[in-house]
Amino acid sequence: MQMRTIEIVVGAFMLAGLVSLALLAVQVSGFNVGREANTYTVYARFENVGGLAVRAKVSIAGVTIGNVAEISLDQATAQALVRMEIDSDVDQITLDSTAVILTEGLIGGKMIGITLGADEAFLVEGDEIDDTQSAIVLEELIGQFLLKQF
Amino acid sequence: MVSYFRQLGQFLIELISVVGRAGSVWWQAIWRKPELKNAGLIVRQVYQLGVLSVVITVLCGFSIGAVLALQGYNQLVKYGSESALGLGVALVLVMEIGPVVAALLYAGRAGSAVTAEIGLMKATEQLSSMEMLGVDPLQRIVAPRLWAGFIVMPILALMFSIVGIWGASLIGVNWLGVHEGAFWSSMQEGVDFYSHVMKGIIKSIVFGIIVIWVAVFQGYDAQPTSEGIAAATTRTVVYSSVAVLVLDFFLTLVMFNF
Amino acid sequence: MEDHVHIQDLTYNRGARRIFDGITLRIPRGKIVAIMGPSGTGKTTLLRLIGGQLRPDTGTIDVAGKSIPDLSRADLFAVRREMGMLFQSGALFTDISVFDNVAFPLRIHTDLSEELIRDLVLIKLQAVGLRGAAGLFPTELSGGMIRRVALARTIALDPSLIMYDEPFAGLDPIAMGVIVQLIKTVNRVYGTTSVIVSHDIAETASIADYIYVLSDGRLIGSGTPQELMGQESPRVKQFVKGLPDGPVPFHYPAIDFADELLQNGSRG
Repeated sequence: MQMRTIEIVVGAFMLAGLVSLALLAVQVSGFNVGREANTYTVYARFENVGGLAVRAKVSIAGVTIGNVAEISLDQATAQALVRMEIDSDVDQITLDSTAVILTEGLIGGKMIGITLGADEAFLVEGDEIDDTQSAIVLEELIGQFLLKQF
Repeated sequence: MVSYFRQLGQFLIELISVVGRAGSVWWQAIWRKPELKNAGLIVRQVYQLGVLSVVITVLCGFSIGAVLALQGYNQLVKYGSESALGLGVALVLVMEIGPVVAALLYAGRAGSAVTAEIGLMKATEQLSSMEMLGVDPLQRIVAPRLWAGFIVMPILALMFSIVGIWGASLIGVNWLGVHEGAFWSSMQEGVDFYSHVMKGIIKSIVFGIIVIWVAVFQGYDAQPTSEGIAAATTRTVVYSSVAVLVLDFFLTLVMFNF
Repeated sequence: MEDHVHIQDLTYNRGARRIFDGITLRIPRGKIVAIMGPSGTGKTTLLRLIGGQLRPDTGTIDVAGKSIPDLSRADLFAVRREMGMLFQSGALFTDISVFDNVAFPLRIHTDLSEELIRDLVLIKLQAVGLRGAAGLFPTELSGGMIRRVALARTIALDPSLIMYDEPFAGLDPIAMGVIVQLIKTVNRVYGTTSVIVSHDIAETASIADYIYVLSDGRLIGSGTPQELMGQESPRVKQFVKGLPDGPVPFHYPAIDFADELLQNGSRG
């Protein structure tokens, strides 16, 4: 085969490698660069985040509207402080909304579900959702059930 | 009993000397400075080792992805978590099966070809005649194959993973009816570029080095007869496959924080 | 006459087998010198020692005043540009054409333009009579043609010393005649020192200026072809005349034939 043809084929091969890498980054691992610019930050405190992970979904009515950016311990209140990044185009979340930690499927990961309230004012950058419900921890449920029995 | 120990000792000494010879070939070849004039040699080897392995890699990647989707779906659907299919398939392919199976295929397809080629050049005195023409075969023959081998392996492993995930999505989404959005979003949430994809790439680079090293050395060290070349080719496939699997265990141990 | 190659008290062992046992020989510049002997006496090994592909256990090998075993790898490759070696198999690179085979050393060792290289390659191929085969691949050539192409490749860099490893083995009479003619021409036209390793008495004697005869790792005779023919040493005589039995026995060492037959009988 001509050297020229080989060079072209090899070039295509290397390019295919790069495209594979790009696909793995974007399509598979959701490596998204420009996303931060189009989000705003909202906080919520939970008694117990039990298994919630960074990058978990935040959704309203099952539709993903953002993700969990950071989970830290607020030492003053001994609560978990969760920082969420919400898509900018979702700008009508009422101030009195409720944030609940849900489980995705039976053995799926944890996510945050937001249920809207009736307030006139909407959450903006840096606001906090006051009304929260913690994760359902299976061991506690079983404990309560046992207590009621006796 | 004594003869048994003597044999064991001889075997160990032989083993150490083989590793020593292989190390010296590798070391000497790697420091032959790649001249611009020789860039064409590497390109030609990337063609031989890489481009000619694409079809088999893609074919196997697709099949394995499809099988993973079938098996994974059967298990996950019991727990109503079939939406995690994308995540499961992608993680398994990117971290383990992609680099490992692509490396095994590479050993069988490209590694054996390199051993046979170099062994044949040795048997037909082409390496000797090159030396007598004042050309160092380590630089002219061995080094380009080593370098091309390093470059090619991660690319093949990436292709394998991508095609495998695509095959899984075809089976999972288009046939078994997993929700398409859930398939991809579960994958995008669970797979992290640095802690999963990059580690898979590092694995494939290590495997590439090992396979091509074994292949080149077995060719260079082969008995210059047809039986010698046949035996060396077999050794290439066996040794490099075993090395890939054993190394995979240790790399996983080190990289994934056990 | 200045010595191009000077070997002094050379010994070389392969494993436990002693290949050379104190060999001393001189190859004068510009001459055709043949090294002869029965198969398996390590004639090819001697060429590899001169080319620096093997290292002697003791003794010295000087080529053009440089001690080959003491050279570094880089110096060795530099010295080899002054040497040529014609392998028995030709050892052409099978993946490139005849033209590229001959151009190979020129492209690597010189910075000549591609046009100049083309001219040089055609000159060398013309010299061996295979200019018409430039576009063919080694697999398309006959044994004699392969050897001629290999010779063209060997002389591409105009080496001052060419070593021929069994140049006449396995050739038909016509091809053999061509090679004999070519070796003579190369020696005369380029003034190249030629070392021929061979066991073909007639062809070698017809062109060699001087002949060394090796057997069992030792030098058993030397001289011009005429001197050698007249030598009385039984070993030289057996080799030169091609006698089936003599100091080199017809039979591989074994116990007495009758004894072995009887042994077999008693076992049966």
